[in-house]
Formats: sequence, structure tokens, C-alpha cells
Amino acid sequence: MQEMMEKRALELLADGTVNRVLGWSVGEFPYDMTPAVFRSAEDLKDRFVYNDFCGANLSKYLIKESKGEGKILVFLKPCDTYSFNQLIAEHRIKRENVYVIGIECYGKADLEKLKAMGLSGITGIQMKNGEYVVETVYGNKTVKASDATAERCLSCKSKKHVVFDELIGEDGDVVEDCNRFDMVEKLEAMTPDERFAFWRGELSRCIRCNACRNVCPACSCEQCVFDNPNSGVAQKAAVNSFEENMFHIIRAFHVAGRCTDCGECSRVCPQHIPLHLLNRKFIKDMNEFYGEYQAGADPDARPPLGTYTKGDREPNEGGNK
Amino acid sequence: MPVTEYKPKIVAFCCNWCSYAGADGAGSARLSYPAEVKVIRVPCSCRVNPMFILRAFQRGADGVIIAGCHPGDCHYTSGNYFTRRRMTLLFSMLDYLGIERERTRVEWISAAEGAKFSKTMNEFCATVAALGENKRLEDLRCKK
Amino acid sequence: MKKLSLAKLYDFFAAIAAKEALYLPVNNEVGKAEYKRWSEGVELSHQLNTLRSAKDFFFPQTENLMEFKMEGKKIDIIDTREACDDFVIFGVRACDAASFDILDRVYLVDPVDSYYKNRREHGTVITHACGKPAETCFCGTFGIDAADPKGDITVWDVEDGYVFRANTEKGEKLMAATADLFEDTDDKAVKAEQDKVREILAKMPLADLTTEGVGAGLTKEVFDRPEWASLSESCLGCGTCTFVCPTCQCYDIRDFDTGHGIQRFRCWDSCMYSDFTKMSAGQPRPTQLERFRQRFMHKLVYFPDNNDGVFGCVGCGRCLSRCPISMNIVKVMKTLAKGGNK
Repeated sequence: MQEMMEKRALELLADGTVNRVLGWSVGEFPYDMTPAVFRSAEDLKDRFVYNDFCGANLSKYLIKESKGEGKILVFLKPCDTYSFNQLIAEHRIKRENVYVIGIECYGKADLEKLKAMGLSGITGIQMKNGEYVVETVYGNKTVKASDATAERCLSCKSKKHVVFDELIGEDGDVVEDCNRFDMVEKLEAMTPDERFAFWRGELSRCIRCNACRNVCPACSCEQCVFDNPNSGVAQKAAVNSFEENMFHIIRAFHVAGRCTDCGECSRVCPQHIPLHLLNRKFIKDMNEFYGEYQAGADPDARPPLGTYTKGDREPNEGGNK
Repeated sequence: MPVTEYKPKIVAFCCNWCSYAGADGAGSARLSYPAEVKVIRVPCSCRVNPMFILRAFQRGADGVIIAGCHPGDCHYTSGNYFTRRRMTLLFSMLDYLGIERERTRVEWISAAEGAKFSKTMNEFCATVAALGENKRLEDLRCKK
Repeated sequence: MKKLSLAKLYDFFAAIAAKEALYLPVNNEVGKAEYKRWSEGVELSHQLNTLRSAKDFFFPQTENLMEFKMEGKKIDIIDTREACDDFVIFGVRACDAASFDILDRVYLVDPVDSYYKNRREHGTVITHACGKPAETCFCGTFGIDAADPKGDITVWDVEDGYVFRANTEKGEKLMAATADLFEDTDDKAVKAEQDKVREILAKMPLADLTTEGVGAGLTKEVFDRPEWASLSESCLGCGTCTFVCPTCQCYDIRDFDTGHGIQRFRCWDSCMYSDFTKMSAGQPRPTQLERFRQRFMHKLVYFPDNNDGVFGCVGCGRCLSRCPISMNIVKVMKTLAKGGNK
């Protein structure tokens, strides 16, 4: 995969279709790839990389990059293309300045899962035939790649690229039976007291690092309301339980109908808070109340909160147990 | 020590074009509503940002009610339809977080419905009083 | 040196907890270690380190400084400082223990931060030598020995128990109070354990990381390096690195209107944030490049400049494993070292 991507990127750079490439750059370890912009063939050959640990969604970088000089090449996984489309719908990306190569994806790996198996001192990871041979200073271990698949990929909603200029690999389908609302349903079936206890336990770990917000392609405001000293709600710390609730409820609400469920918020949370469960609740409710809607699938569709019908349900009806 | 009856604090966001006048209507018809209800006038029910509701709870409210024009009667054509969707989602989310659903409410009350205003506020107050103090969305810093 | 048998570890915890609060790394609901207060039944985590650092004990994320009450034109200032009770932290690793020295250099120099000092004086630090370092560890780069951590007491895992060594008066006192749990021992087992760990550390991928190209006196050279642009390019501007860092010590002071007074509190701030040190004249570091550069210049150049060459990093590796885009101080140091003679 990496060779094909690199080859194509070099070609597009050479023929002048693009003048920059947005991809991933090698790390210190086999798993810590950093999103990077490559400006020359040498640079690409030097540090371009793609493997199962390249989980970052690159679409948000295009808000800035698509406003630069010339066209930029970007590699997008199926889920990333939804974010890209959504940003186009919101007029945040200049489409004509981006050349999208869709790359097939069968799920990304989660380093935390490897670490949870007790693997430490990792010096190398050989990836082939659905297996990872993890080399560590404490000895090697072979693990099934599927045992290290990231949670968000286990409930992948679509392997289909909703936008691309060309594809590397196969285009997949929307996954009809993705079970992504299972945990939401489980929570809905709990009593309010249990739900309250669950969310207190999770949200109380928040350190307000803003990683969830800053990585989120839907959180693209020039200035966030929580950073605006004139908003009256500016916060810099999760001082108490109220502030934790406030930040996460409002953030989820602000992206409701725009969140494509890419799962970046939960991936980056240093405290491992399952933030996607807040967004998925909104998605599930909107699907049930206002008809199926997938943000980013169609940039011309009306988002559920941007429209209405005369017979909408009443707020007092409630949706949970 | 005398036992003081618990009085919940209620914030009522009332649309200028209907419910706010409905409150006046209740007054001129000599219909009462509880003094615990603090009315905040808004130009349209859809002016109520979800943050207003959370802030009201932070500042000590035990219940928050939004009163707007009946669907179809919005002064700005469609504002209350958007209110309806937003609040449906917000209330469902609060419920999802284990926060009592009965503490929040939306009612459609026209300028002519003084009696409905009075009845709604009395009922809502009683519901919230039965729930007791807001503990799940409180901000201890704001408590005296 | 004193030895505690495996079976007596929890007796030791109980003996301390009977007198003062004891905090130690415990696995939380998602299986990550975090410091929690010990009580009967709470189990010590066996993970290498806590997700958040130990600085919270002395420099908490938020803390009230004072309150104001206003009546008419009169303002009352209320001192909200409380007497701090003695407490013990068990299980601090060498890196975090070294971070306290760095925080001391900031908060215990004139003007002394009384809030910090108060907690520092009442806290006893029991460090725990690392047995199984991770690939993200690079404390050795800053002269920290994971096999011989500082602190009031140092503890080593040995085959059939734990070996304790008191390093300070505070540590002696604590050991004396629990003396009946211990037996005398020599340093043989500890030496063997140390050799083993040092051998492992030498094999770690970051064992050869040096501070070449950074350090005191290099402000101009490092500041002007063109590599900052590409290094900072993908930085999201979140505060993850700052908030998991044991040595980041910047804070913001804010007022909160409670409706019946004003609470003045401080909270951690991050130089990665767009509103960090915002002044009436605006933002001194307008883009992420300047903000990113500031964080690493501070740790690798400014701090050593002002502190006898001591770096503002202890190599705990938290930012390496937590950064959403895997950009971190090691990549910065290696990049700066590469073109060092340009």
C-alpha cells in the first residue's frame, strides 16, 4: 500500500498536478506517525509512511492547506472522506485546491490494545498476513491484527469513499449492520441513576486538554465559544462536575448533525473517555426522530437541525427509558 | 425550628410575542402562578441557546421551561420549529446523562392563553418541587 | 537499607494510612493507572507509570487562591488557604520525582508560592524504582537514573519483597514509625536489580538520545532554526502534552462570579493555546509555530539558561504516548540535533 501511495504521490508531484502532499511521516517507533505536508520528492522518499497505525483523519488540515498556493494531494480513508465532504458542505475547504486519493481501509490498529496485552519496550512491529510480530526488548510476540483493531473500526459504518479523485485499492460499501449504536442502546436501557453514575465516572477524568475539540473536523470555528472571554462560558479547566458536563454536552450539541462519527475524539482523548458515545446518541436520536441521516454522505442534503417538519415530535416526549 | 417548605427555583424563557404576553394575560385575569418562576423574555423561543439552559441550572435553577408560540404561529415564521428539534435533542441528551428529564420542558402558549400559562407554571413547579433540588447539574461554587 | 516482605506491603500501607492520607497508583475504570487515595482493599497498580503525572499533588489543575465579597463600594478579601494535612505519595517514578526539583526551582524561589510550598512541606514522597521501562522512556538523557530514584524514601522490587532506603529526614521519620514491619538487609539484591534495569535501559530505542544542539546559551541559534515550521505544522494546538507533563508549570489566574462573590482561582494553562498570555496588546505568539516553539524553547533552552543548565524535561515519555498526532519533544530534539552545525 505504502509503495503504491508513494509512487502515485511522486507522479502527481512530478507532473505538476499538485505541489504538496498531505500524508504521514515516520516516527521514532513503528507506531507514532505524524501527519505531515511533503513538498518535494526527496522529502517524500525520505519520510513518507503508511501503515496500520496511520489513524489520524487528515481532512481537518485541509481547511488551512486548501487555502494555500496550488493544489494539495491528500490521502483519505473512507471515514475521512465523510469529514471532507462535510467540510465542503460547510464551505470550509476549497475543493478545487485538493486532489483526493481514496485509500482502502480494513481497520486501523490501536496501540493501547497492544500495550494492554502487556507489550512494552516496543522496538519494531512487522505487519503481514493479518498478524503483527511485535518486537520488544523483553522478547517478541505475535498477535492477530484483529485483536489490535481500534474500537471505532470494529463498528465501522462505511468502507465506501463518498468523495475522491482517484482510488488506490478497492472501494467498499456502506456497512449496514455496523452495530455502532449498541453501547448507546445499552446506556439507554439503564436507569437514570446508572447512566448518571456511568457518565460521572467517565467525564470526571476530563483534564480539559481540548484534544477532542481540536482534532474534530466538525469543530472548525475560528474561535470556540469556550475560548471566547466575552461568551460568559469561557473555561480553561474542568473545575468541577458542572464544567465537565457543560463542555461535553455543548460540544456534542454544536457538532450534532455535522459529526460524521469519525471517532477521532475518542481516539485522541488522553484519558480514554468514550466521547463518541455522546455524538452517537445525537446521531441515533436524529435518525429515529427525523429519518436516517449521515453527515458528510451528501454535501447537498439538509442537516436535521437545519430543517423541520410540521409534525415533529415534542421535546417533552423523551427518548430514553 | 420551623420547617420551611421547599420552593424550587424555576427559570421560564418566554417568547416576547406569545407566552410573555400570556403571562400578562394571566395577571389581568387574576390567575396566579408561583413566585418562584422567574420569567426571562426572549424574542423567540429559538433564541434559547442550549447553553442558556445549562447556565440556568449552574446558577441555581431547579427547573427550566421554555414557552413559545404554537407551532405554525411563530412571529418569525419558523423559529419555534427549530426550537422543537433542538430541545428534543437536548432534553434527550440530558436524560442520557442521567439528569432528570422532568426538570426541563417546552410548552406552546399563545398570548391569549393566560389560563394555560398559569396552569403550566403551577404544574411545572409542582413537578420540580417533587424532584427536589437540582443536584446533578449544580455548580457548588454558586451555592451560598 | 530495610526489607519489607511481599506479604507486608499492605500492612505498610495500612500503617501509614492510619496516620495520614496515602496516595498510590491504582488502575481506574479503563485500566489506566492514576493516583488514588488508599484505603483497605485498594490495590497498587503494576503499570509502569500513571497516565497523569504526580505534579497534581503539589500543583493541582485548579485551586482557589482567594475570594472577594463586595458590598457597595467595599471589597472584602477572604483568604481561602487551608492548613494542609500531612500526606504520603507512594510509587512515584524517578522521572516524576525529578520533576519536583524542577517545579521547586520555579515555585520555591523568590517570590515563594505559598500554596505550593505548603503542600510540598506536608508531602512525603516514596519513589519506586522502575523494573520494566518502556520504549518511550528517556530519563537517562537528562541524567536521571530510573534504577535509583530520588524522593524521601526509595523502594526497589526484589525477588521476595521490597527494599526501602530512607533518603531524607522525612523519610527516616516515616520508616521509624513503621520500623516493626521491616528487617535489616544489605544492598546486594538492590544492586542486582539496578544492574538488570540499567541493562534494559541501554537497549531502549531512546537510550542514545542526547541534548546535543539544545541547552543553555543557545537561544538565538535554536530560536531561528527553520525546522520549527515543519515540526509545528501538524500541531493541533491542544493541551494534552502540557497537561500530562510533570514539569509544565504555567497557569492562568481567572475570576469566577459565583453570584454572591468572586472566586479567584488558578488553573493549568498551556502555551499551545491561542489565548495563552494574551494581553491588551493582543497575542504575542500569533500562530501555532510560535506557540509550539515556545514550549520546546522553554524546556530545552530558556529553562537551562535560568537554572544552571538543568533541562525542563525529565523524559517520562507521557507526551510521546499521548500526543494525538505523535509530535513530541524527542522528535524536536532529534531534528534540532541533526542540523546542529548548520
